[in-house]
Amino acid sequence: MEVDTKEVGTICEKHTGGGGSLVMLLQDIQGRYGYLPREVLKEASRNLGVPLARLYGLATFYRSFSLKPRGRHEICACTGTACHVRGARLILEQLERRLGIRSGDTTGDREFTLVSVNCLGACALGPVVVVDGKYHGKVTVGDVDEILAAVKGAAAGEKS
Amino acid sequence: MSVAERGRIASVARLEEIRRELEAKGRRYATTISVCAGTGCQAYGCQEVVNAFAAELGTRKLDEKVLLRSTGCHGFCEKGPLAVIQPGGVFYQQIKIKDVPDIVEKTIIGGQVIERLLYSEPKTKERIAREADVPFYKFQERIVFGRNGIIDPTSIEDYIAAGGYEALAKAVTTMSPEQVIDEVTRSGLRGRGGGGFPTGRKWAVTRRQAEAVKYVVCNADEGDPGAYMDRSLLEGNPHSVLEGMLIGAYAIGASDAYIYVRAEYPLALKNVHIAIDQANEWGLLGDKVLGSDLSLRVHVSRGAGAFVCGEETALMASIEGRLGTPTARPPYPAQSGLWGKPTNINNVETWANVPLVITRGAGWFSRIGTEKSKGTKVFSLVGKINNTGLVEVPMGIKLRDIVFKIGGGIPRGRAFKAVQTGGPSGGVIPESLLDLPIDYDALTEVGAMMGSGGMIVMDDRTCIVDVARYFMNFLREESCGKCTPCREGIKVMLGILTRICGGEGAVEDIERLERLARGIKAAALCGLGTTAPNPVLSTLKYFRDEYLAHVVDHRCPAGVCTALISLAIDEAKCKACGRCVKVCPTEAISGGQKKVAAKIDQGRCVRCRACFETCPFEAIVIT
Repeated sequence: MEVDTKEVGTICEKHTGGGGSLVMLLQDIQGRYGYLPREVLKEASRNLGVPLARLYGLATFYRSFSLKPRGRHEICACTGTACHVRGARLILEQLERRLGIRSGDTTGDREFTLVSVNCLGACALGPVVVVDGKYHGKVTVGDVDEILAAVKGAAAGEKS
Repeated sequence: MSVAERGRIASVARLEEIRRELEAKGRRYATTISVCAGTGCQAYGCQEVVNAFAAELGTRKLDEKVLLRSTGCHGFCEKGPLAVIQPGGVFYQQIKIKDVPDIVEKTIIGGQVIERLLYSEPKTKERIAREADVPFYKFQERIVFGRNGIIDPTSIEDYIAAGGYEALAKAVTTMSPEQVIDEVTRSGLRGRGGGGFPTGRKWAVTRRQAEAVKYVVCNADEGDPGAYMDRSLLEGNPHSVLEGMLIGAYAIGASDAYIYVRAEYPLALKNVHIAIDQANEWGLLGDKVLGSDLSLRVHVSRGAGAFVCGEETALMASIEGRLGTPTARPPYPAQSGLWGKPTNINNVETWANVPLVITRGAGWFSRIGTEKSKGTKVFSLVGKINNTGLVEVPMGIKLRDIVFKIGGGIPRGRAFKAVQTGGPSGGVIPESLLDLPIDYDALTEVGAMMGSGGMIVMDDRTCIVDVARYFMNFLREESCGKCTPCREGIKVMLGILTRICGGEGAVEDIERLERLARGIKAAALCGLGTTAPNPVLSTLKYFRDEYLAHVVDHRCPAGVCTALISLAIDEAKCKACGRCVKVCPTEAISGGQKKVAAKIDQGRCVRCRACFETCPFEAIVIT
């Protein structure tokens, strides 16, 4: 897939000089592209004179960076301790079964990315599943189909 | 008054003048409605409630008389969306949009209390009108967290009107840096982020360093799952954290500060940016703060999702844009921290305590708490508990009071099993220790830890081995991989625990776990590694029987470990309602209609317990 690398220079400019941080640079790239495309990282590496390996090291160390494109919809299951003792693992497993992917992956049609998060601090609502920023609280295994149907319905609505 | 008219506040006298003006402005309103708009309540949809109030007040032309305020987190997350109406302190909970016209009509205009929106005491069914009388709040001492409920976090005016920046004014005009450090030292304030190191002593060491450039850092990388008090403080009262940092910078002689915020906290990030911009505009940050010699620039660093970055040396590496891997101490950050310069790191709650210590004095502060742990602590009370939320209590309070008086006990009348404190570095406290007075030292003594203040309550349906495995899995993912004991040791411990939960454990595994735990504790590089075995050691200490049930009898007494349980239907209790058939994700249940009891196909059952949770007749049995 072709990725437009025109803006890389502008993003790099922001992070050169004193106090510039490569972590913030990667955050800006991900903010712009939704993930860290290989071509963009290569371009940034050339632009800044920083070895690509160093950018790759940061990109794989920090959990919030993704080297793969993400789906149009993000489904995020909280697996914090409070959610865990209320059965979050079973919810995540059910999401994996229904979407046919493992946590961290994206469906083949790039519709859904399934992720888990260590804690959202919405523990009163646990177990929590967040779909495109919308919170679903006190989720049970039985609710999963309904939650997915709602996103799929909305997705179909967008297309038509 | 616009910023242009007012200009930067160049003296303490001017700050006081502005405070008086703001107070007078506040008195113009006959009534205030404070709606909680913390992250928890936003998930409940509190924004729509706020909008409904604004519309209703507008329609009735009440906006001149009634002040509507979106505040930070009030703490009682279980009951959101919630609002407090002043004067009177009436507390309404679980407010829906359709309740709003009623509240305006009856309470704001009519002065009546609406019974159905009041908190109802679960045991007595008694309705309680005032916030201060609700048990959840009544037994708390909210000196740090209390202002969250009365100010709009995006309004510096609100903070100043509530006495904000008074401590800063006092420090820079009437105290020398040494006197500030002395006051903080005498207060007995200890770090609220986990270690419990005396704050004043840390400041003194940083001040003593001969370097010209020094930094102060706020650690807001609150990573312990189940702990969210730092987020709620930063989100709900960001100026109190900035004020604490300003006082700290004055005391140690720093002119640059960093706040390192966890990436998962978008609202905290937003509010802290707003607060910094406002403080800069008003002359409370930047050059010559309040006309004094203090200058401070505050920068914000956004985390990128690495738990280990809560460790101070890793955090500093991350601010510098490097891999967040810890380094060996000494040298301590106070000697050589950010870019090799002396750096003082405290967490959000510690910084928020500082203005209180300065305004009200070390004597006042040190009267709260126990001999060695002074002041209060905010805990997040979560898990199998009726009143989930953030609670601020004096150090030394009994755990029993937190769980039962404030927390309202365990849901569905189930039995209390344990409380896990201190996150992945902490341990469990069993029922026999419920009367333990909670402070830093008491918790460490019983094998748990204060940590940042997460308290995860567990009932008899929580498997303790599964919880230990959960933490080991968490730590395996979050270990940075730099040192071998942590990287490899945790992996092996996790493997053993997974085997035990999978029904393939042996008695010798318990001894293996203990041996590995000792090795990792002794040899790991940083705090993450040396404390990593704690969840296993402390559960083994108090719940060895439960481990033995898994490895000897291949049984999970709590009915959680899927490999060790099976589900069946008690035909006598089954009413053939079909709910379990619908909810089963693998179509393993047949029957359940036309008066034929349901039946579970064990070959297809994945033991997800969906049917168990759904059945209203308790007809599903776990064995």
